[in-house]
Amino acid sequence: MKLVIAYIQPHKLPDVKQELYRREIYKISVTNALGCGQQKGYHESYRGVDEEVNLLKKVRLEIAVNDAYVQPTVEGIIRGARTGEIGDGKIFILPLEECIRIRTGDTGGPAIG
Amino acid sequence: MEPAALRVMLDTFWVLLTGFLVFFMNLGFAMVESGLCRVKNTVNILAKNFVVFAVSSLAYYFLGFGLMYGDGNALFGTQGLLAVVGQDNSPEAGAAYRGVYSALSWTGVPLWAKFFFQLVFCGTAATIVSGAVAERIRFASFIVFSFLICTLIYPVAGHWIWGGGWLAQLGMFDFAGSTVVHSVGGWAALAGILLLGPRIGKYRPDGLAKPIYGHNLSLATLGVFVLWFGWFGFNPGSTMALNAPAIAHIAVVTNMSAAAAAATATLASWLLAGKPDLSMILNGCLAGLVAITAPCAFVSVPSSLAIGAAAGLLVVLAVMGFDRLRIDDPVGALSVHLCNGLFGTLAVGLFAEKRIAAAIGTDAAGLADGLLFGGGLRQLGAQALGAAAVAGFVFSVSLALWALIRAVMGLRVSRSEEIMGLDIGEHGMEAYSGFQTFTNT
Repeated sequence: MKLVIAYIQPHKLPDVKQELYRREIYKISVTNALGCGQQKGYHESYRGVDEEVNLLKKVRLEIAVNDAYVQPTVEGIIRGARTGEIGDGKIFILPLEECIRIRTGDTGGPAIG
Repeated sequence: MEPAALRVMLDTFWVLLTGFLVFFMNLGFAMVESGLCRVKNTVNILAKNFVVFAVSSLAYYFLGFGLMYGDGNALFGTQGLLAVVGQDNSPEAGAAYRGVYSALSWTGVPLWAKFFFQLVFCGTAATIVSGAVAERIRFASFIVFSFLICTLIYPVAGHWIWGGGWLAQLGMFDFAGSTVVHSVGGWAALAGILLLGPRIGKYRPDGLAKPIYGHNLSLATLGVFVLWFGWFGFNPGSTMALNAPAIAHIAVVTNMSAAAAAATATLASWLLAGKPDLSMILNGCLAGLVAITAPCAFVSVPSSLAIGAAAGLLVVLAVMGFDRLRIDDPVGALSVHLCNGLFGTLAVGLFAEKRIAAAIGTDAAGLADGLLFGGGLRQLGAQALGAAAVAGFVFSVSLALWALIRAVMGLRVSRSEEIMGLDIGEHGMEAYSGFQTFTNT
């Protein structure tokens, strides 16, 4: 079992969802995030005072998958989120110790299912 | 006090009070449009709505008013053009009037009361464009177009109908501006939308429309209540005199049309979309107000219910129809102002009754009974001709001006700016700093 975490451009979320759907990956959590990587920030100004904003709005995906689905998940995220420009985001893959479905008490692979 | 002086004082009070109500409609438009668009474009929409009245004021003062109401030919005014400096002895009216703005000599109020009341109408026409082109137009380009519509487009079309021009001479009637204000704004907006194209993500490659949700329906509701309130200045104020039977009649007719339209829009959206969509109900109310604007002084209260009922249905069908045509209008401005401006103009030809105009004492010399009241096609023909002439003029000139602006300074923001939002791109600031907003659109 693996936990796939990805940070992507917010406006690419619908495309990523669609690509994951195509690969039969339906279970996904999405949260807002702020972050800075290589992409340069932008200027805000308020009442004549300038500020460089370098924490950009991103979307964070968390997807828990069985090992066989790691590759399709990564492919789906890349295909949906890549524009080729700086700022497209990153994917992290972590080992997942356990997964328990609260309603049934299932554990492991079936719980991720 | 002499009766004549008291008359001038009361009429002036009425014209200015209702003018202030119409001014307040700017707030209504700002709230409706920002509420029906996304968080990331809120500052931009508010800035556009705010600055457009400043631009209108300057443009209409320097040239617009003279072009619209100055004595001249059948097409535009030629006297007293610049900065309202023409000779004028208002509040003298009728045969006692000596001056160059004789198209407004029927009302006995000072010149600056006339100017202010006409100015707030001009501002309304200009602000209609703002919502239709929202979320993708460059701020500077919008300002330039606003200036042009207030100096050239609105005053010329207005001269034809209200300034003693050729459509007035042909017997077209538009009491408070279904055509002069709302269709003019609507045609100018349509031309802009066609050159701008839809917002990114509005239409899927297969042509189906995707919803782009408005971010604050509380603001949109506030805005429509403000507009409904303001319309009690827009229509009853267009008497430009404290004429008791007329203003009472027009206020009720205006309200009943809005109420009937809100009811039928609720029903139509319930039946066609499965749930009563608040944004459609709000558009429905506005549709009823726009549709009754031309006929409000010439139709009975039962007729106003029929006009409103039709308007509420029309607006829901129009919103869905424009999406089929891939004409992306984020706030429904075309469905409300263009479609119902046209319908309201034609409604005069269907529902007008000379006996109503006579009973409430509005000046309607040359008005014929409408088709549904035994007057045949005469009035309907004049209305249709007027609507078509204004359509041809405003749409073609707007298209040319939008194209010129696009060639000189660009019309649409860059793709990356549109995705990030015009608030950051155009203004460098956010509307809800400190709030976390969901950012996938």
